[in-house]
Amino acid sequence: MMDNDAPSRMLRVAAPALIAVLLLAAWQGLVVAYDVPKYIVPSPLVVLQTLIADRALLADALFVTLGIALTALAIATVVGTLVALLFVQSRWIEMSLFPYAVLLQVTPIVAIAPLIIIWVKDTRIALILCAVVVAIFPIIANTTLGLRSVDHGLLNLFRMCRASRWQVLLRLRIPGALPYFFGGLRIASGLALIGAVVAEFVAGTGGQGAGLAYQILLAGMQLNIPRLFAALFLIAAAGIALFAATVWLSHAVLSSWHESEAAAPG
Amino acid sequence: MANGAQVAPVVAIARAEKSYPNGTRALAPIDLEIRGGEFLTLLGPSGCGKTTLLNLIAGLIAPSGGALRWWGGDFTATGVPGRRQGFVFQAPTLMPWARVEANVRLPLDLAGVDRDTATRGAVAALTQVGLAEFARHYPRELSGGMQMRVSIARALATVPDLLLMDEPFGALDEFTRQRLDGELAALWAARGLTVVFVTHSIYEAVFLSTRVAVMGARPGRVIADVPIDEPFPRGDAFRVSTTFARRCQQLSALVAEAGAGTLHPEQS
Repeated sequence: MMDNDAPSRMLRVAAPALIAVLLLAAWQGLVVAYDVPKYIVPSPLVVLQTLIADRALLADALFVTLGIALTALAIATVVGTLVALLFVQSRWIEMSLFPYAVLLQVTPIVAIAPLIIIWVKDTRIALILCAVVVAIFPIIANTTLGLRSVDHGLLNLFRMCRASRWQVLLRLRIPGALPYFFGGLRIASGLALIGAVVAEFVAGTGGQGAGLAYQILLAGMQLNIPRLFAALFLIAAAGIALFAATVWLSHAVLSSWHESEAAAPG
Repeated sequence: MANGAQVAPVVAIARAEKSYPNGTRALAPIDLEIRGGEFLTLLGPSGCGKTTLLNLIAGLIAPSGGALRWWGGDFTATGVPGRRQGFVFQAPTLMPWARVEANVRLPLDLAGVDRDTATRGAVAALTQVGLAEFARHYPRELSGGMQMRVSIARALATVPDLLLMDEPFGALDEFTRQRLDGELAALWAARGLTVVFVTHSIYEAVFLSTRVAVMGARPGRVIADVPIDEPFPRGDAFRVSTTFARRCQQLSALVAEAGAGTLHPEQS
């Protein structure tokens, strides 16, 4: 696609939709043509049938996983922003604590999830905690960078007006950090979902309140491959919806003034 | 015009100097008085300490020796802090997330002025720079020249007695610069402002100033204090007059003299 010739809004939706239709048609055609058994690769139509047939089970699981991911994202946003605000108070605080934020980021969640699940009695809380650990780093890192990236001239102006630390934070640092924050939120939204799914795989709890990951695990063991695909589809759809929501939010807040959003479709 | 004996100078600089801990000597001791109602331009090549001197006058940095007195007293003891002077930077330095009006009223908001008064002040300042109808726009919707005018309106919002300007039009094209110079001169005359203006443009200095302090580099110092006692208003006719050309020549020679020992040390 040419950069200087911005595609219309309709094309932006139509082009990927066309690709989806083509891929699904090819998938359906290949499965039918080679008579692939549905316990190896189910056709898209079979997956759709399963989605409809198992809708009660899958919807419950979707709500459980989405609930965990959204709660974790909310906690990561609040705590991550507070940590970033703490970091910019002094270089000493940041220097002392930042390595631990990195530690949190580089330790694979699959390695620490079992510990968290052992230590925290309530499985749901344990899963939320795992997802928070995964999602919080981009919020901390981006927001800290944003709070620090203050226009030097504006800072001088505030100083000349004898602005208090609080006024500088509220009127200058926080608004200026918003584009960075939303960049972090966009990454964190996907990570929260990944964290929720991975943690649930590790926890492997079933019964009441089981999420999509558990349904995938179970369907795999039962060789119910169509249901596995249906659950997979829902996870992907949830991820896209979360991402789209953060993009929309970012656009709603920034479009009036920030270059990154000004040219995006409304 | 803007001369005559004043009660106390707006700013009195007595042997003020500035060195940095790394040994860089930005300013040699300087004696300079800024009198009420005058348009003083600090003129000199890059690196001669013009901006350092302006920042000293603004109270943004402290002198490493000597003293500055504002309105005959200590800065902190003079009026509401920060409200008696306005500052215009090299770049517009506007908050991109705030509308034009919010940008202009910022100094009033920070000083704790109530909403209605601040709004009135912002509208009045925007009217003075001819941008009243752009109050609801965002900075990115304005041209560079208009953004600079918003920046000037912000400096005027507090109704300052002293306006400090650090090469405000340096980044603009020549036509816009000339127009804004004209507008600034009119504003200065109408408001009875005291202005300290930094530039490296000799033409701009001659067109605007009642007095030009020519500065030399390494260390920064004032080498000549030249009154430009031509009558106001100075219109476009002044720009092409022989008086203008003579004044420019005079300043040009002084600037060259200032640079002779520093830019080409082998010739000195």
